[in-house]
Amino acid sequence: MNETENKAKQCGCSSDAPATACEDSAALDASCRVPLLALFGGAALWLVLGLLLGLAAAMSFHQPDLFADCACLTFGHAQAAANDLLLYGFAIPAALGVGLWIFARLSQAPLALPLVPVVAAHLWHLGVLLGTVFILLGESSGYAWLEYPRAAAAPMLAGFVLIAVSAVATMGLRARRELHPSHWFLFAALLWFVWAYSSSNLFLLSGHPPRGVVQAIIGWWFANNLVFVFLGLLGVGIAFYFLPQFTGRPLANTGYALFAVLTLMFFGAWCGIPQGAPVPAWLPALSAFAAMLSVLPVLALAILFVQTAFGGNVKCFGGPLCFIRFGMVSFVISSVLYLGGFCPQGSRVLEFTWFNFGVTQWQLLGFIGMIAIGAIYEILPRVMAKPLPFPKLAKASFFLFAFGIVFYVLPLLIGGLLQGRKLADATVPLADVNTGVLLFFRISSLGQALLLLGSLFLLLNLFVMTIQWKLGLVKAVIAAVKAPLTTQEVKS
Amino acid sequence: MKTGFSVFLAAFVALGASWFGLVYAPLEQLGGAKQTVILQTSDTWPLQRTGDATLGLQVYRAAGCAACHTEQVRQTSVANTLILTSLGGHPPGDFKEFLKSYLILPALNNYSNSILDNLEKWDGSVPVTLYAGDDAAVVSTLTEKLKVAGIKTSSGLVAGGVDIARGWGVRQSVAADYLYDEPIQLGNLRAGPDLMLAGVRSPDVNTQLLHLYAPRAVLKSSTMPPFRFLFETRKAGSTPSPDALVLPKEFAPGPDLEVVPTADARHLAAYLVSLKASVPLYEAPFTPVTAAK
Repeated sequence: MNETENKAKQCGCSSDAPATACEDSAALDASCRVPLLALFGGAALWLVLGLLLGLAAAMSFHQPDLFADCACLTFGHAQAAANDLLLYGFAIPAALGVGLWIFARLSQAPLALPLVPVVAAHLWHLGVLLGTVFILLGESSGYAWLEYPRAAAAPMLAGFVLIAVSAVATMGLRARRELHPSHWFLFAALLWFVWAYSSSNLFLLSGHPPRGVVQAIIGWWFANNLVFVFLGLLGVGIAFYFLPQFTGRPLANTGYALFAVLTLMFFGAWCGIPQGAPVPAWLPALSAFAAMLSVLPVLALAILFVQTAFGGNVKCFGGPLCFIRFGMVSFVISSVLYLGGFCPQGSRVLEFTWFNFGVTQWQLLGFIGMIAIGAIYEILPRVMAKPLPFPKLAKASFFLFAFGIVFYVLPLLIGGLLQGRKLADATVPLADVNTGVLLFFRISSLGQALLLLGSLFLLLNLFVMTIQWKLGLVKAVIAAVKAPLTTQEVKS
Repeated sequence: MKTGFSVFLAAFVALGASWFGLVYAPLEQLGGAKQTVILQTSDTWPLQRTGDATLGLQVYRAAGCAACHTEQVRQTSVANTLILTSLGGHPPGDFKEFLKSYLILPALNNYSNSILDNLEKWDGSVPVTLYAGDDAAVVSTLTEKLKVAGIKTSSGLVAGGVDIARGWGVRQSVAADYLYDEPIQLGNLRAGPDLMLAGVRSPDVNTQLLHLYAPRAVLKSSTMPPFRFLFETRKAGSTPSPDALVLPKEFAPGPDLEVVPTADARHLAAYLVSLKASVPLYEAPFTPVTAAK
């Protein structure tokens, strides 16, 4: 292998590509550098903060008196802020950054309008910061997943639209007109969020929300489209770009992917109304039917994933492939559990328990979170044109995340199931139900601690890399200033 | 899907359809909802809350109470129920034989087994449920026959389910109950009890305040975190506040100190007391206990 090929391999080009293609690829990665750092850096920081707040929320169950005099960290504040930080602070910007890079890669062109996503990332993170402060001060809107008040939601929406503009402009630059399956998922996800988020915010936070239970219906519609459909499209789109790259095999069957994206959009969008909700009966019935049909895309994606990601002779020991595999397994299982929650019989037992909370955390951390982190570890060295500062910590963080998620979520699921069965028996006093869950809750806090450690490793890698890069910039500036002027310039 | 436009179109149609189905259609159906009439009365439901309670809903929202408490009651059944309330001096054994003699009537014949099953392990104490089922004719026939013999019964429509057995409601919650809730606080986790009937269970504002300040002072086994930040602890001085909480010794802050609820605490307590979804509606019928014969 000669030097050119070696270099080509380093920057991710196939070895038979001409050297110019490799230079293009380097330019492409360089164009993503600043926007991606802005998106990923904030995301990693919010992940750590979100997990910390989640632990603080859990403390209210371990030690009810702890935050009795502290309005900021009372359970209702800390839990809502933690959930929103994990979703809006961490999962969405991280996945969007990865998505931007994938759009550039699939177009084989540098990012279009590279300044726009930088501004957008700052707007987005500003919105998250404002929203979190508002929630902790008791100014949440009171609707699940829409807790951020208008002042925070507006910059976030603007940021998202700007990122979407840059992504779509980059998509338009592509040389091969044919769309990659990842395009379908990611492009649809962009539209999905803008519509769902703007529509529900306009209805619920406009100052004149609709009457009574309609607010809840809009809230459920939004939550389902955000957590199930939007995150599903985003995560699967990312996974379907990387899996073929890692395993060296093309996506097993594009027909399945097309079927999955269409059914996920057409059926998945109708889930969300809980069974037994105090609404006209046709709404939950419709949702139950849609949930049954939504098993189809999940199955198709599961088959496609297994055929693409396993069986090849690719080893991964804590590398990005491990993250993405874990994420896709989580997607399949958590989606099935989520959809199962719309089954009228099952929901009667599980609807007001920790089970649903556990499923949501699994979707956020186990699915989209794992896929985004794996992709970040893969992309970062390429974008910065240098290896990760602590590759061993990156590998360790996979195991911390994987075990953390299992220890965090499984006790919640099992505890929720037991809680539901006890709640369904009127002879068991409520106090016994609650104390019965505490043991499981304690174990799940152990998982939270593992997750926190893993997220600190991610943050460390990202920040050391950013600081090294910034120091490099400063050094370059100093060198340029100190450089002796050439005689030619002095003359003229 | 070969072009970006076709992806856009597919996503647009898919999300647009669900938007029309799950956002626009409910808005059309329920967005203009008005007060309804309570069954067999001319009273309207729900009533607008008092000013304090309306403000209290905002405290409830701000503190995130809905993270642990639901405000929605489920029911699994509703049945015409006949309950024996007094034997009118007859011994239980005689009553059973007397009842059996009527079970051959055509209106009762089909239900004779279920009625006798209800009395299988009966020890003769009242009240006891004689019948619970769909058929209203059983209830009316039996009531009439037993009345002649001086045996007293009460009959009515009774909603059933775990939530109702736990005392969290007397019927299922329906859309009409939430007309004035802004924002609506349905909740999705029961780390604590459902609050749809909180105002019926403890209608006393002071109990509510005490429970907010020190949950374990009211209910020893409570796992609720105290909300002391809604209260002000200050020196009692020579003129103690008339609003100060009367605290059991182990929860009192110390000598010469008194705990006074802030405006937020009083509003929240007023809101909790206002939660009384205990009236029968067309879509959630039952016979209120006070109206029973």
